[in-house]
Amino acid sequence: MTKQRSVLTAKKDGKTVRTSSRAKAKETTVRVCMGTGGIAAGGEEVLNSFLDLFSKKAIKGAVKKRSAAHKVGCRGFCAKDVLVDVIIDGKTTTYQLVKPSMVERIVNEHIIAGIPVQDFLIGADYEAFHGKQQKIVLEDCGRIDPESLDAYLAVSGYRAAQKALTGMAPDAVIREVKNAGIRGRGGAGFPTGLKWEFCRRSEGQLKYIICNADEGDPGAFMDRAVLEGNPHAVIEGMIIGAFAIGASDGFVYIRAEYPLAIDRLSRAIDDARERGYLGRNIIGSDVHFDISIKLGAGAFVCGEETALISSIEDNIGEPKPKPPFPAQKGLWGKPTNINNVETWATIPKIIDRGASWFASIGSGQSKGTKIFSLVGKINHTGLVEVPLGIPLRQIIYDIGGGIADNKAFKAVQTGGPSGGCIPAAHLDTPVDYESLAALGSIVGSGGMVVLDEDTCMVDVAKFFVSFCLDESCGQCTPCREGTRMIVKILDEITNGLGTEDHIPLLEELCEVMKETSLCGLGKTAPNPVLSTLRYFRDEYDAHIRERRCPAGVCRALITFMIDGVRCTGCGACARICPQKAIEGERKKPHVILQKKCIKCGACYETCKFSSIAKT
Amino acid sequence: MDSSQIDEVLRKYPDVKGNVIAILHGVQAAYHYLPESALRYVAKQTGVPLTRLYSIATFYHFFSLTPKGRHELNVCLGTACHVKGSRRVMDEVEQRLSVEEGGTTGDMRFTLRAVRCIGACSLAPVMVVDKDTYSNVTAKKAVDILKKYD
Repeated sequence: MTKQRSVLTAKKDGKTVRTSSRAKAKETTVRVCMGTGGIAAGGEEVLNSFLDLFSKKAIKGAVKKRSAAHKVGCRGFCAKDVLVDVIIDGKTTTYQLVKPSMVERIVNEHIIAGIPVQDFLIGADYEAFHGKQQKIVLEDCGRIDPESLDAYLAVSGYRAAQKALTGMAPDAVIREVKNAGIRGRGGAGFPTGLKWEFCRRSEGQLKYIICNADEGDPGAFMDRAVLEGNPHAVIEGMIIGAFAIGASDGFVYIRAEYPLAIDRLSRAIDDARERGYLGRNIIGSDVHFDISIKLGAGAFVCGEETALISSIEDNIGEPKPKPPFPAQKGLWGKPTNINNVETWATIPKIIDRGASWFASIGSGQSKGTKIFSLVGKINHTGLVEVPLGIPLRQIIYDIGGGIADNKAFKAVQTGGPSGGCIPAAHLDTPVDYESLAALGSIVGSGGMVVLDEDTCMVDVAKFFVSFCLDESCGQCTPCREGTRMIVKILDEITNGLGTEDHIPLLEELCEVMKETSLCGLGKTAPNPVLSTLRYFRDEYDAHIRERRCPAGVCRALITFMIDGVRCTGCGACARICPQKAIEGERKKPHVILQKKCIKCGACYETCKFSSIAKT
Repeated sequence: MDSSQIDEVLRKYPDVKGNVIAILHGVQAAYHYLPESALRYVAKQTGVPLTRLYSIATFYHFFSLTPKGRHELNVCLGTACHVKGSRRVMDEVEQRLSVEEGGTTGDMRFTLRAVRCIGACSLAPVMVVDKDTYSNVTAKKAVDILKKYD
């Protein structure tokens, strides 16, 4: 037996275990996806299974090489979680849908015996998902341990901050950001460099910068993924911004709904401070800058910059009229610059690789890459980063793998509650700020919810306006009352009480709200209604004129019936029915008592013989 | 009322300015809601008017002025969850627990809330109980999940 000396080291939280031996060391690293998605799919249990096995003496002896397992942030392809990379001497093998019970085979067959477990490997769809992506902001997400500053340094982290703070003038940094052509990734798409310049030129000694991490658009989660997967990139972007603008204090306003992101960011800020990347004389320069975290408390409107500032100032999140813009008079009356998480995380890449490199990616007035969250009725749900200008069809079909369950594509909703629905006829549109705006939608924060033939567009419009109704701060009348009236009308239409007058009334309401609301929430709340009216007017008409919901969603307009020929009388539907509205003898066709039926659809979902029809 | 827990929270924020929401988060973490007596105590100690605290506590969805159940049950009704049928999950949960959205069960076992997106859209429909996130939840699966908590 070879004489071995095994060393076991464990990090404070016990998450990294290393074994080493005197035998010729091979490097083995296991990366386990532990973003919110990975954890929900069982990432923690998978990682612990690896760590348990690695710490077993027999395996330590057998491996005869350095092996480590650590967590990584979101890798994007959440539909295949838990994703695990096994890297042996630089060669990466990726496994998908890993469960703790699969770990032992991976360790025995692959890590010890050297033969990857074919049964668990990623498939062609994984390659397709990544094929047309270009990862810049997400480059290191899913590769490095987000809780380790050293891991960030190992991928050239803080190099851009060093370059800016020790070798560039603030104006040169701003020029670089302007030349890169990056526009705000939070929704409005305002040129970032220009925003910085306004704030730099504002008078005053004391200035603030803020990172808007109040990612509220339902259907968007790129900011969460960046904060969970690579929090130091956001900190580094803010250091560079603070230097360029002349700010000494920074705040990250983050949703309380993101506990993991808050944990990882807090830890990253503490680590950065301890190692001299925050605080006084950063990286040996004369720059002083520090960051504190401010928690949101569940108010969508606080994503609007003036409302966000009010919230940090201990007030309720009511937006203020602009001007004055935050760059002139922001937090506590001082010039303030606010950018979104993704924007901040892009800055180090721009400074590191140069404006012309960044500007060479993308199209027209939309430079660089943008992260989109691809969700809804699509096969490959997850986070994708693509160059702006890529045709929508490539995102949905090449990367997204098309529509789930072989259904027909109906529309893609982009930009959250402020956005719109884009129908199949426009699938070849390039995804950039101008092109989507021309279609009545927006790039927004990057949510892309794919809708199929089973989605009712009137219901979707109602969903979004109801959301805005709940989230309206109530300060200005057009938004407070307008959203209420729109929901009331859409409610009537979806309940079969619609009239011909409703459509012009809706259109008028929408126009008034757009023109007279105080902030972006009210101004854009009508967009989902306007865009569905524009492209799916026939669905509104079917509800109003024929009292019919073509997609079979609106409960008041549908009926569930059992097909007596197909029904086997198994009784599954009768057992699941919450209203006891299904009767029948065993092994004989059942019937639904329409008077009792609440149209919940439980029977429809339960029947294994497709004998329940929805009309 | 024992104010020691609140004192502990207040000690963490010697500078009240800019930290009122953080203080309320701390108080709610201690009591699982914001009792009136606690708000009065915070007002007295910090000098922030009670009316201001009340307006914050009622504006933000995260804060609750009524006691919450032992488990916080959040059903996501965000866009991705909505189009994948989370309404059915919510209906089922409401019916099984005989409680409406926003309410607390009579036995104080669950407080049921609808949340608008927790950013786990690729796992839709999603349900969160306390700190556990459940993915691809169906009405049937939701019922099984509830059984794990008492």
